[in-house]
Amino acid sequence: MTQALVFIDNPGPALKKSSLELLTIARSLGDTAVAFNGELHDDVAAALGAYGATTVYRPSAADLDDYLVAPKAAYLAAAVAASGAGTVLLENSADGKEIAARLGIKLNAGVITDVVGVDADGTAHKSVLAGSYNTTAKATSAVAVLSVKPNSVDPEAAPAPVTPETVTVEVPADAAANAARITARSAKPASGRPDLGEARVVVSGGRGVDGNFGPIEELADALGGAVGASRAATDAGWISHDYQVGQTGKTVSPQLYVSVGISGAIQQKAGMQTSKVIVAINKDAESPIFEIADFGIIGDLFKVVPQATEEIKKRKG
Amino acid sequence: MEETLKIVVLVKHVPDAQFDRHITGANNTTDRDESILSELDEYALEAALQLIEARGGSKAGNQVIALSMGPAGAVNAVKKSLQIGATEGVHLSDDALAGSDAAATSLALAAVIRHLGADAPVDLVLTGMASTDGETSLVPAQLAERLSLPQLTFASSLDVTGGKVVARRDGDTHSDTVEASLPALVSVTDQINEPRYPNFKGILGAKKKKITTLSLADIGVGASEVGTAGSLTVVESAQARPPRTAGTIITDEGDAGIKLVEFLAAQKLL
Repeated sequence: MTQALVFIDNPGPALKKSSLELLTIARSLGDTAVAFNGELHDDVAAALGAYGATTVYRPSAADLDDYLVAPKAAYLAAAVAASGAGTVLLENSADGKEIAARLGIKLNAGVITDVVGVDADGTAHKSVLAGSYNTTAKATSAVAVLSVKPNSVDPEAAPAPVTPETVTVEVPADAAANAARITARSAKPASGRPDLGEARVVVSGGRGVDGNFGPIEELADALGGAVGASRAATDAGWISHDYQVGQTGKTVSPQLYVSVGISGAIQQKAGMQTSKVIVAINKDAESPIFEIADFGIIGDLFKVVPQATEEIKKRKG
Repeated sequence: MEETLKIVVLVKHVPDAQFDRHITGANNTTDRDESILSELDEYALEAALQLIEARGGSKAGNQVIALSMGPAGAVNAVKKSLQIGATEGVHLSDDALAGSDAAATSLALAAVIRHLGADAPVDLVLTGMASTDGETSLVPAQLAERLSLPQLTFASSLDVTGGKVVARRDGDTHSDTVEASLPALVSVTDQINEPRYPNFKGILGAKKKKITTLSLADIGVGASEVGTAGSLTVVESAQARPPRTAGTIITDEGDAGIKLVEFLAAQKLL
């Protein structure tokens, strides 16, 4: 009997770290199955087995990607029914949360988003109101639907790998009725850096960089981190909105967040104040960012940041 | 001339994020005493106003109905929307709604939207990308599911022509163009437009606009279907996170970059 079902949508040739985290959490709840969508590469199938998935469900329809969210929720509902799972785990992306939302209505199941930890009894931990409260929540329904943020647990393979059984799930015929159709898709250029939402180190620039993200990018690369930005910087058009950290951008919780030339208004704090260690560099000693920084430097970022980058390169040889 | 549109915009009354926000009471709900119109809903309202202005505005029979659900104070979100330019307002208010989670909220809002469509159908439901308090982004998708409407969510552009709605959705790795027929539900991001401020004329004019207050009985929803009774999730505990305290702050004397790296090394972050 399956206890936990993990939804994995189009991973490509390798599973993301966040998917491995979902599988690790699922195993802590009991027997784990995967509802898979997209092409299943051999390496991915092997990783699913290594992480203890005993069953891999696949949809009978191949056109789920042609529509926005809705038919994937219909497929997932059918997979939940086939597996008998009591907990469904999804990634905390826009798509993941919306599939969770619709699944919740279909199954009359409680949905909890932005989860950072799950206890064995299904209690979900999350932080709310821009990181000012830690809460625990539980679904009171037969099935619980949880979307889990990246970096919530350390991925851990199963003690012994299994060979998952593959089961095809019949996607309801009306799954795409009343769904918005995706008529065009354009890939965004890859930066070669870690994904902002998953990175262990984030270096963000704000108004103070005055249009020049060069020093930010060089420090991020020296630290093996992702580049972020404040809303002031994205609104100014210096960098794409994709990089925005804050209430209306990404919420990040890395091991290290380096804030450069950012005043630290509430909109920005909302996106980063649960970071483990915060470093701030700003020329204005009155900036609110210094109130929450573990290490703050009052100074000219165009002097401090390149000096730090050089020193890191020197130490790393 | 384009077809006229009847648009419902969901507006939420949320605690002002500029100040400390609190969770209170036995059900761990958000304290809403000092609340404002959720900033992210202003983008949805602006998108609605731009759509009707391109069609001759309210004089040509277009409607933008600002809908809010919540206690007495939530009517302020409706009033603010009327000042900005919504043509009428609806406030769903009922004591039994307190403590509603996304499932219960979407159930109640779906019933209101059906109620508002009883005389003439609603063409478009517009929402923000998230509330600035709960931030779950669940309600738009759940509302679309309950109303069997196509959902075009996280739209950073929106075009409605000839009964068809086209939106751009920017994801992490790609941008999608999504398309559906009306009626539809659209949630918009803060990238879609620059919301207007209410002007003096708008503030005066708002006083003459109609606000309809609805109770659960008006929309045919039972008290046990919403509120904590109708919710499928429960917040069991809420602990204020200890505020972060400032650490070491230094002023650059020519070697702050080196000192920063020494700090990172000591924290084992290199």
